[in-house]
Amino acid sequence: MTATRIATPSPTRRGAARKWPIILALLAPALILYVVFVIFPIGQAFRYSLFDWNGLQPLTDFVGTENFAQAFEDPVFRGALTHNGIIVALTLLLQLPFALFLAVLLDQDLRGRSLMRLLFFAPYVLSEVVTAVVWRQIFRPDGLLDASVSAVAGEPFQGLWIANPDIVLYSVFFVVSWKYFGFHMILMLAGLQQIPDDLEEAAAIDGANWWQTFRHITVPLLGPTVRVSIFLAIIGSLQLFDLVWVMTGGGPVNASNTMATYLIDWAFRRFQFGYASAVSVIIFVLSLVVAIAYQRWALSRDLDGALTVRGA
Amino acid sequence: MRTKRSRLLLLMTVLAMVLAACGGGDGGEATDSTGTTAGDSENTTTTADSGTDTTEVEPTEEPVTIEWWHIQNNDPGLSLWQAVADEFMAEHPNVTIDITVQENEAFKQALQTSLQAGDVPDIFQSWGGGGLREQVDAGLVMDITDAAAEFDSEFNGAAASMMEIDERMYGVPFDLGIVGVWYNKALFEEAGIDGPPATWDEMLEDVQTLKDAGITPISLAAGDKWPAMFWYGYMALRIAGADVMQQAGIDENFNDPAFVQAGEELQRLIDLDPFQPGYLATPWDGPDGAAAVLANSEAAMLLMGHWAPGTMSANGPDLAADDNLGWFIFPEVEGGAGAATDAFGGGNGFAVGKDAPPEALEFLEYLSSVDVASRVGSEANLLPTTVGSEGSITDPNLVDVISARGEAGYVQLYLDQAYPPEVGAAVNDSIVTLFSGDGVPQDVVDAVNASWE
Repeated sequence: MTATRIATPSPTRRGAARKWPIILALLAPALILYVVFVIFPIGQAFRYSLFDWNGLQPLTDFVGTENFAQAFEDPVFRGALTHNGIIVALTLLLQLPFALFLAVLLDQDLRGRSLMRLLFFAPYVLSEVVTAVVWRQIFRPDGLLDASVSAVAGEPFQGLWIANPDIVLYSVFFVVSWKYFGFHMILMLAGLQQIPDDLEEAAAIDGANWWQTFRHITVPLLGPTVRVSIFLAIIGSLQLFDLVWVMTGGGPVNASNTMATYLIDWAFRRFQFGYASAVSVIIFVLSLVVAIAYQRWALSRDLDGALTVRGA
Repeated sequence: MRTKRSRLLLLMTVLAMVLAACGGGDGGEATDSTGTTAGDSENTTTTADSGTDTTEVEPTEEPVTIEWWHIQNNDPGLSLWQAVADEFMAEHPNVTIDITVQENEAFKQALQTSLQAGDVPDIFQSWGGGGLREQVDAGLVMDITDAAAEFDSEFNGAAASMMEIDERMYGVPFDLGIVGVWYNKALFEEAGIDGPPATWDEMLEDVQTLKDAGITPISLAAGDKWPAMFWYGYMALRIAGADVMQQAGIDENFNDPAFVQAGEELQRLIDLDPFQPGYLATPWDGPDGAAAVLANSEAAMLLMGHWAPGTMSANGPDLAADDNLGWFIFPEVEGGAGAATDAFGGGNGFAVGKDAPPEALEFLEYLSSVDVASRVGSEANLLPTTVGSEGSITDPNLVDVISARGEAGYVQLYLDQAYPPEVGAAVNDSIVTLFSGDGVPQDVVDAVNASWE
């Protein structure tokens, strides 16, 4: 049976031209704000990154790409880049699967499920600064965590959670996960609820056990949601700042530095705005490349009319 | 169809919002907020009487506003400065002093933003040294050498040189302290130590004695970095001596072997593991800070400036009240070129903005007078810098500090203030790396030299 093509009036060129003033007028406020507060500063950052500038003198000391070379030669910056990478990897390997596990768990008909969903989502609502301040007190020597472990172990215990350079990054990762897993969980819950029940029922009728259903029906259909989660997690981890800055300041001895804390240290403590702008350009380009690459390779099948389409 | 009319309505609404947004943006604060003469600012009275003035420059009778940014955001300093401003305003009815008080870190950022906008406050907090030099190079502060020479009162030599760049003065000091070791007398007794160590070797012995007695010898706030820099700075001063220290700032490098030696001597202390647990992340202030550690008698010694007792009693029991707190200057290092009386320290001053009115200088003269300086000493827990006001200090520990300051032939400014901010940050960071056991003394020198390029 051939489907009849429904006749729709195709927009004539005159009709389309008449739409543009309306489109522009509606876009204008948002576009102006966006250009002034986002595009223009980004452009300025690109400009400043080519100079050696302390913020007080006029902008005259042109150094070209030297700032970028210096950044990649600085072991502290390379360390910060590595820390960002570690957090991205750990987030993808630990935090997201955990969020998925909880989402699947809370999709079941359990008693108190609404309460649990609320509790797990609550950390996301706190501001990053408040989270950092609270966890800093929990982590401090003889703070809440040490006291709890001591009570259980029966003898005094000091974990040096954020004082030990070897484990501070993992403590930071823990707090980041604590804050965001609820968000990813809710996203996946929403995704789970979109899976039609009859698919699962059909699978049950065909004799599939839970694991087979999960592997062949749930996970593939949850794909778009998981891909969005991954994307948000990667970009968020690359730009991690507030939590680290307030909780550890990037230390001790640069052990928990991220690119953003490195950037702020160089800009507002050492007053090297040109160099810091170069670092900000690096973060920007890195995030942009990741975003576009991800859209092209992973999200293209989910988003119609995405910036790039696989195979196009 | 009503699309045409509704479209028009929508378009007009949108345009109206855009215009409103644009209009609101550049209205409002169009006035320059620096206190220039004959401003449109508020004034308290309009009487033609001006107060007594002793300077040669006749202040105008028109209303004048002086913008004053300081960082004494807690009492007693807060109320003292307000009182001083009120008194001056009473004497000079045409002058209004607009005070902006901020916390230390917040002030640095706010000032930076203001300076970049070219909006210089008339009087603002300064620590002298490299930071002031950058402001001088950018032409943002006023040269007050001649005006200050006319002041009725005199400044302590070291304090005055803190606010001088290339022998021209750009602000007035009001506080100069030196760093020393604050110690818990009871804990020293408990460990069987008779008195403060006079030499570095004795200090290391005392540290070992304290450790053997089960007491944490030293409280260190390496989390904030600059307290660790104090140890290195003093050691370098003791080993290198005043001339080499000064030359390092002029030559812009740490190539003198004394700087590596300083790191090596400090390594002897670090190897004894004398600090409280978690010292790498311990801040100075706060209930979990190094000040609290000493106040709670959890450690015996603390190398810190003269503000230490204030911060300690804010975060724990008041050791001084029980006569439990003592002070001694950093011990002599045998074989070092430095004198045992040389001091490492720094202070506070007020720099004068380039657009400040002459009344601002009059105000600073008043602030630097012996009377006000004496109140700074007796009320505000600061160490005043006006000659003749030293007697106002009553706290026995601060008396020790101020007399050691008087004996010091040379006062080395904190390394992160003496040098430009970038170098200061490199100094602090590399020293903390040394304290963490991850670095060697040569790394400090390399990092500092690299940052100076």
